[in-house]
Amino acid sequence: MLDIRLKKSIAGFHLAVEFKAEAGLTAIFGPSGAGKTMIAKMLAGLVRPDDGHILIDGRALFDPRKNLNVPVHQRHIGFVFQEHRLFPHYSVRGNLAYGKRQAARTASPIKFETVIDILGIGSLLDRQPVSLSGGERQRVAIGRALLSNPKILIMDEPLSSLDQARKAEILPLIETLKSEFSLTTLYISHSIEEITRLADTILLIDKGAQKGVGPTADILSRLDLIPYSGGSDAGSLVEATVVGHDRSYHMLELETPGGGRLYLTGPAREPGSQIRVRIRARDVALSTTEPKSLSILNRFKGHVVDHCTGTEGMEELLLDVGFPLTARVTRRSFEQMKLKSDARIWALVKSVTISPS
Amino acid sequence: MSISPAEIEVILLSLKVALWCVAISLVPALFIGWLLARREFYGKTALTVIVHLPIFLPPVVVGYFLLVTLGNRGLIGGWLNEQFGISLIFNWKGVVAATAVMAFPFISRAIRQAFEAVDRNLEMAALTLGRSPLMVFLTITLPLIAPGILAGATLGFAKALGEFGATITFVANVPGQTQTLPLAIFSLMETPNAESALWRLVIISVLLAFAAIALSEWLTRRSIRKLGGRA
Repeated sequence: MLDIRLKKSIAGFHLAVEFKAEAGLTAIFGPSGAGKTMIAKMLAGLVRPDDGHILIDGRALFDPRKNLNVPVHQRHIGFVFQEHRLFPHYSVRGNLAYGKRQAARTASPIKFETVIDILGIGSLLDRQPVSLSGGERQRVAIGRALLSNPKILIMDEPLSSLDQARKAEILPLIETLKSEFSLTTLYISHSIEEITRLADTILLIDKGAQKGVGPTADILSRLDLIPYSGGSDAGSLVEATVVGHDRSYHMLELETPGGGRLYLTGPAREPGSQIRVRIRARDVALSTTEPKSLSILNRFKGHVVDHCTGTEGMEELLLDVGFPLTARVTRRSFEQMKLKSDARIWALVKSVTISPS
Repeated sequence: MSISPAEIEVILLSLKVALWCVAISLVPALFIGWLLARREFYGKTALTVIVHLPIFLPPVVVGYFLLVTLGNRGLIGGWLNEQFGISLIFNWKGVVAATAVMAFPFISRAIRQAFEAVDRNLEMAALTLGRSPLMVFLTITLPLIAPGILAGATLGFAKALGEFGATITFVANVPGQTQTLPLAIFSLMETPNAESALWRLVIISVLLAFAAIALSEWLTRRSIRKLGGRA
């Protein structure tokens, strides 16, 4: 459990955030220069806040009223940086073992073998960091932070220095680590895609100011936050259950919270398992009548909950189709279709992204 | 051509002086290098000037300062003599003092530059892994600046082997006591019919220089290779 209030001013930049987050993964999302890394550094003790407090699981790390500012090495906060920051004069094994002393003092639930296994770095142990590829280095850096047995783990854009293929390779590993160790994690990113996949709680910030904080699905379905939750890439999150797979059509069938079905092509998944589905608002089309003979498979019946004027001639809508779904249509369509709150609609979902198994 | 016992004495004295010079300079140079690279404090510019002064002053002037301060009637020298019976005048300890003052700016400068080249982010990462600042210094910073320390030590050693002006001014040219290689060569140049002895010492000087360069190159390459760089 995190209880955090931070204030900091540096050279005309003012940062102020205040939030609480339960265990699980809390994501800080915002454009570059929003102050995300500054928050992470203040939590780790690398930058001193002007005012505020930092409480982690009831333990105070910073409180100027009590003249308390726990030094970096006593905070037990694991940090995965944007760049790997591996020690060039230690082997991979030496890097991984560097934080082990701290782990040895407390009974560590994080086992060396488990971490090596999940991250797939067993064959790299005797190599020097200089001989590793970018993806390998970042995996070792993640392992090193985990093996210091931190109370919380901060990941500051751990994928931003990697190409698309490496990202796709490491993101599932982070998901596995999250479920394996259930470690309170703070994940910083400017990719709404990554965050939708990983986060339990989202904190949105822009120019040092906190724009919203709350459970991922709630934050993503708030129309007023769309400028800060991805803009034209904004979308909603739905947790769906696998109900079947049609092998001849190579098609997966999911059940959404309202009972509506979601079909997508892909390999079979364990029936009953939960899948996070991200649906971008711009991939949702609307119809006031039940669409017939249309190639779009995914249709949900529901009604408009709320709407507001977006940028560039667009109208942002929040729909209830059994689950909250955001949609973006042109203002012209919006007016011609005479859409308003409570209007009955059919939502047509053109494409979705899901987390790979 | 064979080397006489007197010449061997000169060579051994020179090596002893150079090694002691590096030995006593290294820790203070590490501290000053760290101070100048990492800390901001009042009087930093003044300290920088003082440390580098021996590079820019004529060595004779440095030798004269040493005579005034470290001589038996000098401010520090008198106290050393009274309290501990240590005298630096006309013996090898005085040569070490003179060479150390002359070599110090070269050693501390190399170390300072090594400190400045260290990626502070690595130290921060090490702190987040739960190691104390002292342990981080010993396990991260020190190994990373090792090539710089080595470069400084080699430079200081070479400077000590060749130091002439400050030494002869401070402790004079006493055979067996303060007569290092350059001082012995200087004496032989003034001695009639000593060309062959002179040439032997000149050749030995050149060989020592080659050996020092080769050793430092080998050590530097080895430590760079250990850091994973290309050498």
